[in-house]
Amino acid sequence: MMKIRKKLVNEDEMAVLVDSISKKILEANPDKKKLAIVGIHTRGAVLAKRIMNSLQKISGMKNIPYGELDITLYRDDLSSSGHKPVIKGTKIDFDLNGKTVILIDDVLYTGRTIRAALDELVDFGRPASIQLAVLIDRGHREFPIRADYAGKTIATEKNDMVRVRLKEIDQIEDVVMI
Amino acid sequence: MGNKDWTRKDLLGLEELSEEEILTVLDTAESFKEVSTRSIKKVPALRGKVVVTMFIEPSTRTRTSFSLAAQRLSADVVDFSAATSSLSKGESLKDTALNIEAMGVDIVIIRHTAPGAPHLLAKVLKASVINAGDGPHEHPTQGLLDIFTMREKFGRIKGLKVAVLGDINHSRVARSNIWGLKKLGAEVIACGPSTLIPSTIEKLGVKVSYNIDEILPEVDVINILRIQLERQQSGLFPSIREYTRLFGINSERLSRAKKDVLVMHPGPVNRGIEITPEVADGKNSVILSQVSNGLAVRMAVLYLVSGVTRSSE
Repeated sequence: MMKIRKKLVNEDEMAVLVDSISKKILEANPDKKKLAIVGIHTRGAVLAKRIMNSLQKISGMKNIPYGELDITLYRDDLSSSGHKPVIKGTKIDFDLNGKTVILIDDVLYTGRTIRAALDELVDFGRPASIQLAVLIDRGHREFPIRADYAGKTIATEKNDMVRVRLKEIDQIEDVVMI
Repeated sequence: MGNKDWTRKDLLGLEELSEEEILTVLDTAESFKEVSTRSIKKVPALRGKVVVTMFIEPSTRTRTSFSLAAQRLSADVVDFSAATSSLSKGESLKDTALNIEAMGVDIVIIRHTAPGAPHLLAKVLKASVINAGDGPHEHPTQGLLDIFTMREKFGRIKGLKVAVLGDINHSRVARSNIWGLKKLGAEVIACGPSTLIPSTIEKLGVKVSYNIDEILPEVDVINILRIQLERQQSGLFPSIREYTRLFGINSERLSRAKKDVLVMHPGPVNRGIEITPEVADGKNSVILSQVSNGLAVRMAVLYLVSGVTRSSE
């Protein structure tokens, strides 16, 4: 059982954060027809679905293209990481060319996952632009990557662990520091 | 679902794999199938790794499939050809392999006429070894891709009735199928002329039938083995024509099978001998799906073994 040192976000705040990210996305992108949502496995994909629903609710749009990325095969530590992680599968069933892709993950930390996700995305086509939305930005970047939309920015120590827990996977809904 | 950590340096056969390990390969292959549908059919997972294909026995399909699979994972692939190599000058297999390994190879894919040759290499090499067929013993990736194709069509393996038809004696495909399918809970029937079915086969838990017409109506899958013309000089059955008459799968025979029966063949097909062209190209045939699934399965195997070195095994 993990020891929770600090609760950063509770269940009610979570829904507010998702809506506020969606609103910011709509404000920044007047050409809504070009929008597409791509979530990074596992929790980024769950959040991406929620943001997609929220976008559709706020804007009245229907059928925003949605995809999921498993960045395992693009990780920069794959050749040194020993036993291979289980692959959950990438699913991008729409044409990425010319789209404004909103890439979604739960926590932005070193930026390495996002680097891998960008490399994988461009193997599917040439989007007009890629924007990054994260629930939590906790700092300590190792790559020149930043979020276009962050639900919440928190100060952490490098060895802190931040966990986003979502009902669909964790049966509980919050963000904690352990 | 199989999502256990893969801990084997080598893939030598299905006999030693657990049910869970087989499922891990199948599930991983499922993810790799998607890669072949992308506009850029390549992922960087094995970038910087070197894969060598050592085929001491001729093959086109398996070798091409393995090479392509390795390339889709961004590995560098070297083909080692027996005829033009120092093996033809009398160097031993072990020495050849050690020399290749000294050049920094990470994965060796080997096909050999001698059963156990891949096992020998696996013991002496630090590199991963994948068995691409060792004589009549095993052909694990073929077994895995056959099982993958059955699972894809039926959604399950447990409870399926699978006939493996033909020359069971000489067939590594049959053995790998039997071991894999039994572990996953399928019922396997070995069918063919009595001279081509080893008398000890029932010890593997399979049923034996010498009459295809008797079992055809009840099976979900017919996996038709190639009659290996090059191995039929010893007169194990009177004539090819008689074999075709008694065991060849034609439209008339197939009409008495289940409507959605799966017709499989590992290739290369001897059209008109063990299977007629109408059946090979017919609606029940998944022969070409087997080939494309083979690519995904081999990508999965390469990916999984590449994460395991001798020290982490």
